[in-house]
Amino acid sequence: MIFVTVGTQGPFDRLISAMDEIAGTMPEVRFVAQVSKGRYKVKNMTCFEFISPAEFDEYFSSAKLIVSHAGMGTIISAFERSKPIVIFPKFHSLGEHRNDHQLATARKLGSLNYIHVAYTPAELRDKIHSVLDGGLSPLHKVGKYASSELINSLQSFISV
Amino acid sequence: MKILAIASAGGHWVQLLRLKPAFEGHELIFVSTKTSFKETVKGHKFYSIPDASRWNKLKLIYSLICVFKIVFRSKPNIIITTGAAPGLMGIIAGKVIGAKTIWIDSIANVENLSMSGQIATSIADKSYTQWPDLSNSKVTFNGNVLS
Repeated sequence: MIFVTVGTQGPFDRLISAMDEIAGTMPEVRFVAQVSKGRYKVKNMTCFEFISPAEFDEYFSSAKLIVSHAGMGTIISAFERSKPIVIFPKFHSLGEHRNDHQLATARKLGSLNYIHVAYTPAELRDKIHSVLDGGLSPLHKVGKYASSELINSLQSFISV
Repeated sequence: MKILAIASAGGHWVQLLRLKPAFEGHELIFVSTKTSFKETVKGHKFYSIPDASRWNKLKLIYSLICVFKIVFRSKPNIIITTGAAPGLMGIIAGKVIGAKTIWIDSIANVENLSMSGQIATSIADKSYTQWPDLSNSKVTFNGNVLS
């Protein structure tokens, strides 16, 4: 199963329509999508506007691949669960976000080789296909908590 | 010590939860913008507030009132936030009651601090960025949530 999510900050029809099209060419794979309140009518994926944290966890854990906007919540969740994740950032120029920080996040984490990034529907299609050919692996893993450097620094500031 | 930890839903909240070991041994109060998050912090006090961003002024004021109410009633010694706008309100409210305030800029801000972050770092007692190249005399880099 491939899990697609747009997060809580409004719809992202460009991602959902691109994924729906890809899903249409792969009837043997199940696609589940959390789509928010978009205008695009999904045809080839099981979809929900929003899901509870528990349901989110369930789909996330059973997915072979996560496809998402460049939201840190989803990206960190993928790192925690060692899931490969493909990021398709929202563009300010297309009115998808208030600024281009999703693009900056995607570029930065992509350059650190933490995530797979697709900037166009064609790139997205290639990445999804390579997963099915066994070519996309999780790039970055994290433990349950922040770096001990940060935790220690906070602890000492709190207790002073 | 009583710690109030506040963050908006989504990535901000996920990052806040990854700091939990830093709060061990203290009384913890969580505040966020989604009621369903209560189940993710069982055993701790949780308050939900309406979501707000600087793009909707009325909601922003309503949310500010809610944050102030919670802070004034619970009187924490420490207020810590990973953003965004509601976190900034927490910092402001914390300043008013004389709490120690900590701002941690989201790891999503890779090129500049966020708008809320630019304001928060000028008033918080301690501010962190999660990228070394964004640190300066007022904003510390000391690791990040991605380890």
